[in-house]
Amino acid sequence: MFEQIGRARTKPMTRFSPNTLDRGLSWSRREFLRDAAGLVLGSSLFSSSLWARSGILQKDRKVVVITFGGGARDQETFAPEGQENIPNLMRELIPQSSFFAQVVNRGILGHYVATASLATGVYETINNFASLPPESPTVFEYFRKDLRRPSSDAWVVAPSNGFNRIGESSHRLYGPGQGARVILPKHLLTAATKGTADYDHLLRDNYETPFFAPEVVGNEFELEQLRSLLKLSVDDFKTHALTLSSPDELSVYIVRRLMRQAAPSLLWITMHDIDIAHAGAYSLYVDGIRRTDRLCLDVWKAIQSEPEYAGKTTLFILPDFGRDSDEDSAGNGFQHHRTGDAMSRTTWMMALGPGIREGVVYDRPLDSTDLVPTIGSMMGFSASQSQGKLIQELL
Amino acid sequence: MPTRELKPDQFNGYPPEARKLAIANLRALQVLPLSFLPSLLRELVEYDYKFPAERTSLEREISNFNSLAPEQWKEWFGAFEKIQLSASLEKFDWINQPAQFVEQLSAHLWTTHQQDDFRRAATEYGNRLHAAVPPLEPFFPRLSIVVVGQGVSASEYPLFRKLRPHGALYTNVNPEGGLDTLLEFVASRAKAHPAKYGHWYVDGGQENPCDSGVACISYRKLEPARNQLLARIRKQSEMPGSGPENLRTVMSALRPADLHLEHSGDAVLARFELKLLAEGSGTQIFSTTFAQWAAREALRRAQPLTLLVRFAPRQRQRPMNEMLSVAKETVELDPAGSLVDADLGAYYTWLNQQRLTGAGQSSFLAWFEGRNIAIATGPAVPRGTVSSSPADLKQILSWTI
Repeated sequence: MFEQIGRARTKPMTRFSPNTLDRGLSWSRREFLRDAAGLVLGSSLFSSSLWARSGILQKDRKVVVITFGGGARDQETFAPEGQENIPNLMRELIPQSSFFAQVVNRGILGHYVATASLATGVYETINNFASLPPESPTVFEYFRKDLRRPSSDAWVVAPSNGFNRIGESSHRLYGPGQGARVILPKHLLTAATKGTADYDHLLRDNYETPFFAPEVVGNEFELEQLRSLLKLSVDDFKTHALTLSSPDELSVYIVRRLMRQAAPSLLWITMHDIDIAHAGAYSLYVDGIRRTDRLCLDVWKAIQSEPEYAGKTTLFILPDFGRDSDEDSAGNGFQHHRTGDAMSRTTWMMALGPGIREGVVYDRPLDSTDLVPTIGSMMGFSASQSQGKLIQELL
Repeated sequence: MPTRELKPDQFNGYPPEARKLAIANLRALQVLPLSFLPSLLRELVEYDYKFPAERTSLEREISNFNSLAPEQWKEWFGAFEKIQLSASLEKFDWINQPAQFVEQLSAHLWTTHQQDDFRRAATEYGNRLHAAVPPLEPFFPRLSIVVVGQGVSASEYPLFRKLRPHGALYTNVNPEGGLDTLLEFVASRAKAHPAKYGHWYVDGGQENPCDSGVACISYRKLEPARNQLLARIRKQSEMPGSGPENLRTVMSALRPADLHLEHSGDAVLARFELKLLAEGSGTQIFSTTFAQWAAREALRRAQPLTLLVRFAPRQRQRPMNEMLSVAKETVELDPAGSLVDADLGAYYTWLNQQRLTGAGQSSFLAWFEGRNIAIATGPAVPRGTVSSSPADLKQILSWTI
């Protein structure tokens, strides 16, 4: 009556310590990538020096960072059953990248505070749901102060009103006016459309606490700059917005305009669509992953096609953190990132661009905080107060 | 206040059964660390509204404190003693507001980077407790049934992928009268093995008639309560200075009567429904989330012998603030997306049943409603197999259990 459809893959539950589980996740991701994308295993014993020898003057170098918004797990991304959700990462981006299979976030697993930690290189402890700046200097402040760059050279495009203070810290040596300019596309759209119902699908905010949107004050993008900086009329903006399906699509649309018109050297994009997972609908979470996958490729294509960026830009893509595993009974699987288990803390990062070794996967552990000093080393500034270490494989 | 200063009259605000239990075990509670005790009180204060399985479990846990020798206390609670608390936490009214204390403790642990230490301490405590006081085995093997796909006309979605390695996939199921068969089966188990809150039927849409021996909840039946809750959420969120913490505090202070949930006269079930709606994330807006979370909580808390969960189509995604508004018109449904949600919900229901005692003898069935595909797992079911022989659900149940 029964026909065997493959050896049962279940095995007795093995208890892992957090460290061995981190390594297990890394190993799985590495093996998945070696199988599916043909990556080779890199050694951390040597520095590539490719970046240094790339011939691109440090002052001309640009960096774009995408946070793969809201966190996604291996089984919906890099595991064999998840790869169908990230065809663009798998086929287009990973083969061109150095891939780090074990990036551990040891900080607070809330989106704002975790993104702030990524941007400062310090595990921030600010209230995730308050309209507060990071306490440690941000990468944007180091960049502008050390390299004497104008405010127009560092930008953040963020989906949620809660991210409006991410551009600059409260640190006494830095602070107001010394960081990045922040665009909140949804805020911009609200101002442009004056709350017209046709645009509601682009204005979703903060899935974790849907009603909470801190009052936006201070360094926000002004509507008139739509015209002056992005060279975009309110009508054109509204017309184009109607063709988009999600807040992250709106963000990437603004990113492309910003790249074309202002060409900032340091550009930070936070995606957020995936975080619909908090509402518990798995299909919408997977839709978010697929959309984010597509949008990452869109940004990479924009980098390749914009003369100001082509051939001199490094793109980093990394989640702020993961999500809870199915195996941890304290959580509810994909829905949240509350347990603090290895799955929710351990993620990945890819780096692409000139001077970056292509098609290599590294499985040594990195900290989320290692990103900022590494960007500093690439661009020629010192992230002096960051807790992170340089990622030698990229330098 | 230090735990050693606990006095009987400080439990006057507790419901009668909970107060009695606390006072009877006051000495044990007095020596528990403050990083630990409020988590226990959070459960204890709800004792009067807990399911029998939870009551037994809590009584046995407290009884275990009394059996520990002094030298064992350090082993059991030393790691909790090392957790540094803030002055504001120490001053907090953790006796009367243990849930709020635990919320604030959680934020404190994250902020002070003690979350991993606490997690480790909690895991070790759980393992010790499990070894010292093993959970009771069910007196009859458990069965969970999940029905997915209501309202889906056609689908190419590869159903039950995560479950297939664990059981037998049936691809030629006669769907005729399938739902009635399952409902009758649940009712017959409830009659044959009566147990208070031991048999459950959760419907993500409109419920079918329910046997008196079965605890029944449905998304449709709770619509008035859901709308009242949404109205409260909206009102609270529009108040100046309101943030997520305030909202959570307001939600945790709700009582079943606030949402008119006490109509059935079953205070325990009413409290369960309240928690599903007030503490669940997304349960107020998506019926698939409601069904999955209700099944998860029923399994975790009531540890039933029988559970039938039927998923129904959820509303299509709309802006979050709109979904959280009280619906004034018929909302558009998303049957295809709901099928994907329910498919994972079936897997999670299986996982959650496997976490309970008696997992080795438990059985599970998931069926695509009105269709000819089903999957079953159980001690007698060969894993990773597929059967294309004609069968109906009654037969599959008889082969599975």
